[in-house]
Amino acid sequence: MSETRAASAAPDSSRTVAAGLLAWVWPGLGHLFLGRRGKGLVLMGSILALFGLGVALDSRLQLHLGLEDPLALLFSLAQMGAGAPYVIARLLGYEAGLVTSPTYEYGNTFTAVGGLLNILVVLDALDTARGVRGK
Amino acid sequence: MMHSHFVTLVVFSALVSTVFATLLRDTPRERVRFGLMAFAAFVLSTLVLGWLTNPFPG
Repeated sequence: MSETRAASAAPDSSRTVAAGLLAWVWPGLGHLFLGRRGKGLVLMGSILALFGLGVALDSRLQLHLGLEDPLALLFSLAQMGAGAPYVIARLLGYEAGLVTSPTYEYGNTFTAVGGLLNILVVLDALDTARGVRGK
Repeated sequence: MMHSHFVTLVVFSALVSTVFATLLRDTPRERVRFGLMAFAAFVLSTLVLGWLTNPFPG
């Protein structure tokens, strides 16, 4: 009985982990993986638009992992919530931003909020995979 | 690109409201209703705050 339960639980937990990871790596991908096509596409479009517009508005994407500046650390973690788009933008050379740009602070807000919203999307994908949320 | 404060506000509010509505409501009708309410709340509250803080020095 316990073996049967363990065997049936294993695929579910791996599906949950996969959905969470995919949702973090690329916004909306976790929901697409779970068969929530419409929801996944809307979330993907909205979050990618937020993050992409933020980069276009001269946002800074510099990595701060030290504790000497806690706010910069939190800001960096928020942006990293966007997953692969954050890495791609950095690889493409957008990490410095343009502090003299009139839209610099707007860009920072767009990228940080995009990352934070994607963390909510990851949590929703985990709940959906576990059957906590139906749609 | 987007040098108007108001256009930036509208675009930001629309995108964030869309994500909130998609995550927090389950039916299309509820999502549209919630999204419009959230969008209006974002835009109106920002305009009211901007108006209230207008007398303060920049």
